[in-house]
Amino acid sequence: MSVTPLVLNEPQALRFEINRAALVDQKIFDTEREKIFERCWLYVGHESEVREPGDFRTRTICGRPILFCRDTANALRVFLNTCRHRGTVVCREAAGNAERYTCFYHGWTYDRDGKLYAVPGQSAYPPSFDKTRLGLQPPPKVDNYRGFVFLNFDAGAPALKEYLGRATEYIDLVLDQSPSGRMEVIHGTQEYDIRANWKLLVENSFDDYHLITTHATWLDYLKSSGVEIKRPEKGHVLPSHGLGKDLGGGHGTTDNVNFRGRPVAAWIPIYGDAAKPELDRIRSEVTARLGAERAKRVCDTNRNLLIFPNLVLLDGSSVSVRSFQPTAPDRMRVRAWALGPVEETPLARQVRLDSFLTFYGPGGFATPDDIEALESVQTGLGTYKEVQWSPLSRGMAKEGDQLNTDEAHLRAFWVQWDKLMRS
Amino acid sequence: MSRAEVEDFLFHEASLLDAWNLDEWLQLLSDDATYRVPSNDQPQSDPKSALFTIADDIRRIRARVTRLQDPHAHAESPRSRTRRMISNVRIVEEKPLVVEANFVIYRFRGNEDVRQYVGRYRHTLEKRDGKLKIKSREAILDAMELASLGTVSFIL
Repeated sequence: MSVTPLVLNEPQALRFEINRAALVDQKIFDTEREKIFERCWLYVGHESEVREPGDFRTRTICGRPILFCRDTANALRVFLNTCRHRGTVVCREAAGNAERYTCFYHGWTYDRDGKLYAVPGQSAYPPSFDKTRLGLQPPPKVDNYRGFVFLNFDAGAPALKEYLGRATEYIDLVLDQSPSGRMEVIHGTQEYDIRANWKLLVENSFDDYHLITTHATWLDYLKSSGVEIKRPEKGHVLPSHGLGKDLGGGHGTTDNVNFRGRPVAAWIPIYGDAAKPELDRIRSEVTARLGAERAKRVCDTNRNLLIFPNLVLLDGSSVSVRSFQPTAPDRMRVRAWALGPVEETPLARQVRLDSFLTFYGPGGFATPDDIEALESVQTGLGTYKEVQWSPLSRGMAKEGDQLNTDEAHLRAFWVQWDKLMRS
Repeated sequence: MSRAEVEDFLFHEASLLDAWNLDEWLQLLSDDATYRVPSNDQPQSDPKSALFTIADDIRRIRARVTRLQDPHAHAESPRSRTRRMISNVRIVEEKPLVVEANFVIYRFRGNEDVRQYVGRYRHTLEKRDGKLKIKSREAILDAMELASLGTVSFIL
């Protein structure tokens, strides 16, 4: 029996290395599904994506077809999207509103609450046939934190709030952009594949060490549009100060002083002069509501938050909710949305969406280069049997704060991953 | 304006883009031109209220070209090879001149399998100083989601 570790963690020796097989091997990938994705809370969607009774969206989560919807009483519901009769996917549309869900195969029909409503030719079933036991089945656990809906395939999992732990502080910071604390997903989904292991996107989503090199053209774009990009201080690689934080439970975040422009609320010339008074107004509202100190946290810091294992909240050039589903050791499906305050004015919304596209997404000025990096890594990992280890030790020898360009928050993810894989 | 003239213009534009002759391509655009690619699930949207894949004004189109010409635009360095097939060209409005055309763009890069971007162009054109210019161009993809197409790192 091989005892080669997947994560080599030797704090005394200041060594932390990742066994590259963790990013390539099919058996490890299969184990991940069982030990991680079938145990952890997984993001389903946001409450604003279904608004009225009967509204639904379908998605695939951990290989399962999922129906995310509102029932007759307008409560949020999540069902496994499979007919109890033969297994057919009951709802085959991506989104819409349904009075009832009818399986087209033999016509079994479920109501919005998931109850089995009608079975054609029901009299042919024996007397023991019990319609009340054949409703659409929900996953073992469903819960939401302030509008973010999650499911868990493990009935014995801890409560969502407990699972999220200190990460809730950082979700709250995002929601504080809204006067009522309510944000909504804006129409339009960016859905694309990356030919790389999903953990590479975890790392990339909050690794700021790559910013200067991978995103050189994005920084040039900001500079040429009139944004001041300061030279890094001695010993730093970024234009502004930022931290990397381990939030426990595998969750982590960057916490950076903003230099890049934010819809709430740091104006840059790209937004146009007409938007300046609107951003000033937003800033005043946030300050009046939260006080100067909290307003500075909300408006003047950028935070890329990882909720273990596969949800990222990017609060930078805009707010993006990004989740990703591993589909093979070297492939994932990414879904990303823009999130904005429900009260936002049309002008502020326009700035938010425009600012989003300067950086994020498959047509943005930065994300395509991230994807190129991840795919290039995955190709390079073809050598994993010969070149076995990747160091992840930045900042390890340092006391106190860890920078966003250090790797303490990445290590926190891997430590949790390793713990679950060995459980 | 005849369909043949419009067709010639679109074929010329396609040849410039396929040849990565982006500076010359910029000359086809008016000074207030826009370039848009809507999100695949919201093909009929306004970028003021919906998330797009690309929604550039002329400044960002020029910045996009600058970026694509920089070897540090890693997603297109080395560059893709593309080949555009344009057909079913129609003038759908006369004033302003709105034209639509189907496209298939084959994209080759490195040792990857070919990626096929299939969709519809919707251009608003105008004649300035006797020359056709693009006032707006929208590339609406038919794929339900980008999925295996990955990114839109070159100009559609």
